[in-house]
Amino acid sequence: MPTFETFRMPDAGEGLTEADIVTWHVAVGDTVEVNQPLLEVETAKSLVELPCPFDGVVTELLAQVGDTVEVGADIARFDVDPAGEAAPGADPTATDAAPAAPAPDSANHSGADARASSVAEPATAGVSSADPVRAVEEPAGAQAPAPAQAPADEGSGSVLVGYGVKAGAAHRRPRKSDALEPIGGEGDSDYPVLAKPPVRKLAKELGVDLTTVTPSGPGGLVTREDVESASKAHSPRELALYPGDDQPWLAQGTMTRDGRATRVPVKSVRKRTAEAMVSSAFTAPHVTVFLTVDVTETMNLVARLKADREFADVRVTPLLIVAKALLLAVRRHPEVNASWDEERQEIVYKHYVNLGIAASTPRGLMVPNIKDAHRMPLHDLAERLQDLTVAAREGRTTPAALQDGTITITNVGPLGIDTGTPILNPGESAILAFGAIRQQPWVHEGEIQVRWVTQLALSMDHRLVDGELGARVLADVGRVMNDPAQGLVWA
Amino acid sequence: MDRHGPLSDDGLVTLLDRHGERLADPDWEPYVEHLTAEDLRGFWRDMTMTRAFDMEATSLQRQGELGLWVPALGQEAAQIGSGRAIREPDYVFPSYREHGVAFTRGVDLPQILTLFRGLEHGSWDPAAHSFHLYTLVIGAHSLHATGYAMAMDRDGLVASGNPDADGAVVCYYGDGATSQGDVNEAHIFAAVNDAPIVFFVQNNQFAISEPTTRQAKVPLARRADGVGIPSVRVDGNDVLASYAVTQWALKHARSGAGPVLIEAFTYRMGAHTTSDDPTRYRTRADEEHWAQRDPIARLEAYLLKHGELSDEFRAEVEAEAKALGKRTREAVKSWERPPLLTMFDHVYAEPHQQVEAERAWFDRYQRSFTDEGAHA
Repeated sequence: MPTFETFRMPDAGEGLTEADIVTWHVAVGDTVEVNQPLLEVETAKSLVELPCPFDGVVTELLAQVGDTVEVGADIARFDVDPAGEAAPGADPTATDAAPAAPAPDSANHSGADARASSVAEPATAGVSSADPVRAVEEPAGAQAPAPAQAPADEGSGSVLVGYGVKAGAAHRRPRKSDALEPIGGEGDSDYPVLAKPPVRKLAKELGVDLTTVTPSGPGGLVTREDVESASKAHSPRELALYPGDDQPWLAQGTMTRDGRATRVPVKSVRKRTAEAMVSSAFTAPHVTVFLTVDVTETMNLVARLKADREFADVRVTPLLIVAKALLLAVRRHPEVNASWDEERQEIVYKHYVNLGIAASTPRGLMVPNIKDAHRMPLHDLAERLQDLTVAAREGRTTPAALQDGTITITNVGPLGIDTGTPILNPGESAILAFGAIRQQPWVHEGEIQVRWVTQLALSMDHRLVDGELGARVLADVGRVMNDPAQGLVWA
Repeated sequence: MDRHGPLSDDGLVTLLDRHGERLADPDWEPYVEHLTAEDLRGFWRDMTMTRAFDMEATSLQRQGELGLWVPALGQEAAQIGSGRAIREPDYVFPSYREHGVAFTRGVDLPQILTLFRGLEHGSWDPAAHSFHLYTLVIGAHSLHATGYAMAMDRDGLVASGNPDADGAVVCYYGDGATSQGDVNEAHIFAAVNDAPIVFFVQNNQFAISEPTTRQAKVPLARRADGVGIPSVRVDGNDVLASYAVTQWALKHARSGAGPVLIEAFTYRMGAHTTSDDPTRYRTRADEEHWAQRDPIARLEAYLLKHGELSDEFRAEVEAEAKALGKRTREAVKSWERPPLLTMFDHVYAEPHQQVEAERAWFDRYQRSFTDEGAHA
């Protein structure tokens, strides 16, 4: 008879309330030992690797990559005695784990179990009756017979790909009341709701608005049961299907009551991206200038460098040349490499270039930067560009790499796009969009020829970068792209 | 490197270089010449055990079993070297990272963790180990330590005529603490009172994220010059040198000659605590530079070169370290949360009216949370 243990999201910093799951290093069925790397999480402070707390076999992973999980929520379960013969609950460690497991009927739990009952989530109702943990823990944890029929009735499916049924561990944030219909009856907002502090805490954790709960206690007191039944009535389904489809296409979210939409909480990188874009777009007045340029010589240079033995260990791409061209342009017009300090009413001119490259990563859009790129010879720049790209692709971008960028390139070309009007990375004053490079008819030395042509676009913060300065910077980038030998003149 | 700044290697005492080569230094030789190969193996064991415990505690924090952990990774030589120079009736005032010193004082290491699990303020008997409880307020204990040293003097435990019966205080703190008012006041009091105290500064180069270069314009040891305390700078990653200078300093203090300040120049290889991310304030190159100067590897290289570290002994210590890790884990998980009211127990040594009133109020408040109806 196996013995189960549960791992809860720890507070890996000091006073953190939640963390995002970045990577799982193990899968269900893996044999693990104490202190081997289990998963990586991202907190408000840093990326942290969490070591495994048990010897045994992974039986369930209760949170997925990308989930924001509250500290204290169950994230994984282990069978710590796969070959053992201990009776259910006989092992003292098994009872130790019980409080963290989803309580079948938390209203029946003793005070010592307050933690478990207070974190019991609506999703608990969706636990399959075949769930081995439940089967083991019911006799040990519940003090009164649990309503055994409930799980079978409500465990109607909605299994997320690859992870089995969720056992109510990964917390969803309390939802705003406008997301779903209100719970319970109409509350009289003028009259204070009566509820004891532990019940208020429970309601807060379950996202139940106490004013909407019908009280059943003496003198209109809202009881623990009232909150729990309000929360259960409200139990959302986690789905994202087209009719007739049986493959969920969203990894998470909650379907609305009418089944016509799925609402996904905004969090993690998406949340930060949105905040950054809003703050940038609505504080810095953007202006964008465009330039179409013949980059045939850049393409020739790329071909030559690729064949160069000194560059054999790095990837040489047109992006490398545009990066160098931008660094040269900044050197000639250092005023563009600056930021606006609203609070102190100062413009901060940077004497260094931390060159950001917008990257689509498994964790979403990020703009890691190459520190002190202005000092780098071309080979070093190529090396760092490659490191940055690989790290971004593998989701290993460090918080440090995301900080203190001074100017950015967004490479929209690989998607076949000519150009765009990029939004500034907050705190920077210019961003260069690099479009697709195509063979096009072009007037070259008085004749129409087939040449490699691309479009460049430079957005700037018009508070501190005037149109003329932006135009000069973009023209310089274009000149180097058109004739890389110009770099010799300016370097 | 700036020859005069706080990071210079000006005057650093080194007896074992980073490759494990023994350097001759006639000034300091007398303080280590009595050490046998077995003693050195003992140092190696102490450091290995401390590190194993440290790693286990870090893992336990990452697993949610501890609220916080303060790794001593990289500072083992400074701690074991100085700790092994201490003997009865010396008395130690640690800061909060002195796990290695605790080990040399016979504190059962898992006991340290009751504090970091938020159960107690400290769980060993300071008198039994001559090792005070950890102080989390930076540098606050330097004043207590100085007062304790002055008391030792008045109790006739210093310059008694029998050097073997004399004692002194060792007070540990870090580079950041040297910027605190308390520490500077302690230096002054100790100096003018000729207090028998050794201030042992582990300069691990960062006060959380603030580098030493933002705290001082000169090596920290020179802070002592201004108040008239003799000082010495030592390579804190060299266990032999750390032992030697502490031997000397304690001898000086026990003889009634007054305080000494030791600056052990070392490097914190881990985070300040599990709550911070050192990659944000120091470079990988820096970390790699110091990884080459790992204090345990250095002594290991020396012992191996001289055929004094047998496979059997290593296996034995490794097994012992592993067992310590396991025992630590089991201990932490076995601890019950103490009743909240016990927090009032040791505020004063004797009954105190105000504390009693607070205890009664808290008891009532706590009971108001019991929801009889819901928990029936």
